[in-house]
Amino acid sequence: MTKYVLNINGAAQTVDVVPDTPLLWVLRDTLELVGTKFGCGAGHCGACTVHLNGVPTRSCMTPVSTVGRKQVTTIEGLDARGTHPLQRAWQELDVPQCGYCQAGQIMTAAALLQENPNPTDEEIEGALAGNLCRCATYLRIRAGVRRAAELAKEERSA
Amino acid sequence: MTTTRHPASPGRRDFLRKSVFGGGALVLGYFAGGAGHAVAQIAKPATLADGAGFKPSAFIHIGSDGIVTLVSKQPEIGQGIKTSLPMVIAEELEVSWKDVAIVQGDLDPAYGSQSAGGSRSTPTNYTEFQRLGATARTMLIAAAASNWGVPVAECHAADSAVHHRPTGRKLGYGALAATAATLPVPDAKDVVLKDPKDYKLLGKRIGGVDNPAVVTGKPLFGIDVKLPGMLYAVYEKSPAFGGKVVSANLDAIKALPGVRDAFVIEGGSDLRGLLPGVAIVAESTWAAYSARRQLKVSWDEGQVATESWSGYAARAAELAKLPGAAVLRKDGDPVGALAAAAKTVEAAYSYPFISHASIEPQNATAWFHDDIVELWAPTQNPATGQNLVSSTLGIPKEKITLHITRSGGGFGRRLSADYIVEAAAIAQRVKAPVKLTWSREDDLRHDHFRAGGFHFLRGGVDAKGKLVAWHNHFVTFANSVVRDGKASLQTGSGGSLGGDEFPGRWVENCLLEQTPIECGVPMGPWRAPGSNVFAWVFHSFIDELAHAAGRDPLDFRLELLGERDVVPGTGERGVPYNVSRMKGVLREVARRADWGRKKLARGQGQGIAFHFSHLGYVAQVADVSVSKDGVLKVDRVVVAVDIGARIVNPSGADNQVQGSVIDALGALMYQELDIERGRIVQSNFHDYPMIRIGDAPPRIDVHYLETDYPVTGLGEPAFPPLAPAVCNAIFAATGHRVRQLPLSRTDLRWS
Repeated sequence: MTKYVLNINGAAQTVDVVPDTPLLWVLRDTLELVGTKFGCGAGHCGACTVHLNGVPTRSCMTPVSTVGRKQVTTIEGLDARGTHPLQRAWQELDVPQCGYCQAGQIMTAAALLQENPNPTDEEIEGALAGNLCRCATYLRIRAGVRRAAELAKEERSA
Repeated sequence: MTTTRHPASPGRRDFLRKSVFGGGALVLGYFAGGAGHAVAQIAKPATLADGAGFKPSAFIHIGSDGIVTLVSKQPEIGQGIKTSLPMVIAEELEVSWKDVAIVQGDLDPAYGSQSAGGSRSTPTNYTEFQRLGATARTMLIAAAASNWGVPVAECHAADSAVHHRPTGRKLGYGALAATAATLPVPDAKDVVLKDPKDYKLLGKRIGGVDNPAVVTGKPLFGIDVKLPGMLYAVYEKSPAFGGKVVSANLDAIKALPGVRDAFVIEGGSDLRGLLPGVAIVAESTWAAYSARRQLKVSWDEGQVATESWSGYAARAAELAKLPGAAVLRKDGDPVGALAAAAKTVEAAYSYPFISHASIEPQNATAWFHDDIVELWAPTQNPATGQNLVSSTLGIPKEKITLHITRSGGGFGRRLSADYIVEAAAIAQRVKAPVKLTWSREDDLRHDHFRAGGFHFLRGGVDAKGKLVAWHNHFVTFANSVVRDGKASLQTGSGGSLGGDEFPGRWVENCLLEQTPIECGVPMGPWRAPGSNVFAWVFHSFIDELAHAAGRDPLDFRLELLGERDVVPGTGERGVPYNVSRMKGVLREVARRADWGRKKLARGQGQGIAFHFSHLGYVAQVADVSVSKDGVLKVDRVVVAVDIGARIVNPSGADNQVQGSVIDALGALMYQELDIERGRIVQSNFHDYPMIRIGDAPPRIDVHYLETDYPVTGLGEPAFPPLAPAVCNAIFAATGHRVRQLPLSRTDLRWS
């Protein structure tokens, strides 16, 4: 076991875990941040997506020993009040079915909007190609990202 | 979405079922939680635990604070039932949706059946929930009238309050709860349901009640359960189905860091029960998964290790030359009619075994304490979990508590309870709560699979282009099942063709035969069992016959459906088929999709199909483009749906229909498992691809016909027609007929 001081959602968290433990399981089992989901354990489905310094990253493939001082943002820390434009758009359009993949979808989309505030449908599809939705709410995910872009624009101009 | 209201006639109250009202002392015991433990992260509501307030039924609680808590009895698996069924109560109760809190009920006999399968949750509960809400409303009105000392007739309920018309006074439900709780439950005849024209909630687009928790990452799912002192388990089963443990390096595993225990579970031979395996129990999920990589097990794989998909396919081709083992239907003279037909078509269709691949891997948490076992599980059928744990481990059912968590997808997988009994069998050996979490590889390789199948078809049309003969020999799969010491073959779920399956009952010369191949592959229900492949086979072949006859595929189908209004089912369990309703959705979809009115370039095509399943009538038209190098793009899908008098929640309904369409497109395009040496070859999403966002059609237009029939479910019936609609469109576009799934098996290039 090794002690690591992680920067999770803006706060320092000390964990004592085996170095090869994927960040996913540190979040879920150790820190009880279970919004980040286990889907495949191999980087194929995107359910475990978090941000490392703002970059969408598969936490199931990220050993805790490699995280270092990078800022880890999970769905729980995406927005202090849970009112990120994506979180609002997702509720407004009733995007989720089972909801299991949606944290990963939202985290991936949040990074897209950060980089590209007004993405085309093709850019949305390109960014979210790695996020599997087994219920196939893809039409609403696409619409949800578009709606969030609008909401973010309104926020900026307000 | 559009909704077309068809003229309704009164008098459909005959399908109202008896209410389950039980008075006051209902289900609160479970919420009180015995010792108040074990609720760590997926909490139960405080409002129900106090036992105060107005509880006119097991499903309704109105607190003195005015909060109306409704219990969702059915498991939520993404079908939206936790939102839509409480809406039915809330409508009749005249409560504002903002005042409603909804909680997931545990498994409890007070709730009646809690199985979420077969798209039955809505039809089996709808009318009863209407009555529950209306009864509670009637009692609240009586309470207000009594408080005010005025006639009931002068009072009405609206917006979570009772209003006194002559004086303009009002009392909120919270203020009335205590009085209402003292009143007798009124006679059913004194409870009047609302006139649908006064509905404020039903028919409105309402977002999922758990959406706020979903988008902020709150604990909801089985895999999110965390209990004090909980340990984490993995369970390694034989890669070849049902194999037994000969030996395992348990001592080496137990010495690994973080491992608390490792042991063999003997298990049994029931392929959907507790199978043999090795359990590793550790202090974290990762410790268990890491230890598993060092696990070495010697298996007795048994006879199944000789089985393979290529072997099954060769056997099916042999069986096709023989008469079927069973004749499911024989009408007229199929052989003579085929010989006399103006044109005949012969074709073989096949599809592989596939996995449910629900995105939340199977998991369950079990805890033996205080002489009971407490379970938490993402399940579609909690009673099956309780029964299987009871029968396998010899524990009386009343000592097994089951908490239903939200499920990260169901698709039929969680009607099985193998993962629940595994968690219980492991926890029985450990003095702590244990969460078992399957890996994706476990999930894909130890599913209860959608059975593959082979259909050998012959059909004939007469000189006028009318379908006159149909012969199908279906080669399916069955497991050997031992009951009372006798072995018999049991076909997989959805792996048996009913004699009534369309176009049986319609074609005057019809022969349906079936032969099972015995196999050791576990099989189970997969979204729209049977229908999910039969619709593809039969509506593709009907299309072949329409083209052979030189007929328009829509006209050919309308003629085939004929002029009868309702075609009765065969035998006691037969389901009547309402031809008028099917023709209604077929004409609607054709109109909405501009069927036959579009100028299409080579490489573009339209295809049409319909299917009746799970009490729903659905027709679809797909518009596709196929590039010269054979790449399919589905440009648009138009869906017409008739599931009765009301779309409870159009937002949820659209989600189910659009999700079904894309799910069905994914199954058509990609899903395939290979079997070698009695085991699944694929392991994860890299070699078992699922549909991604880029393949979703840009448009899926959904049209509902609201007809004067009971309200039924929508989790499944929109799935089956998609594959034949798309494949028929591919034929129209390219001349290539898809007779094997998935689509990658067919070369779609054209020049």
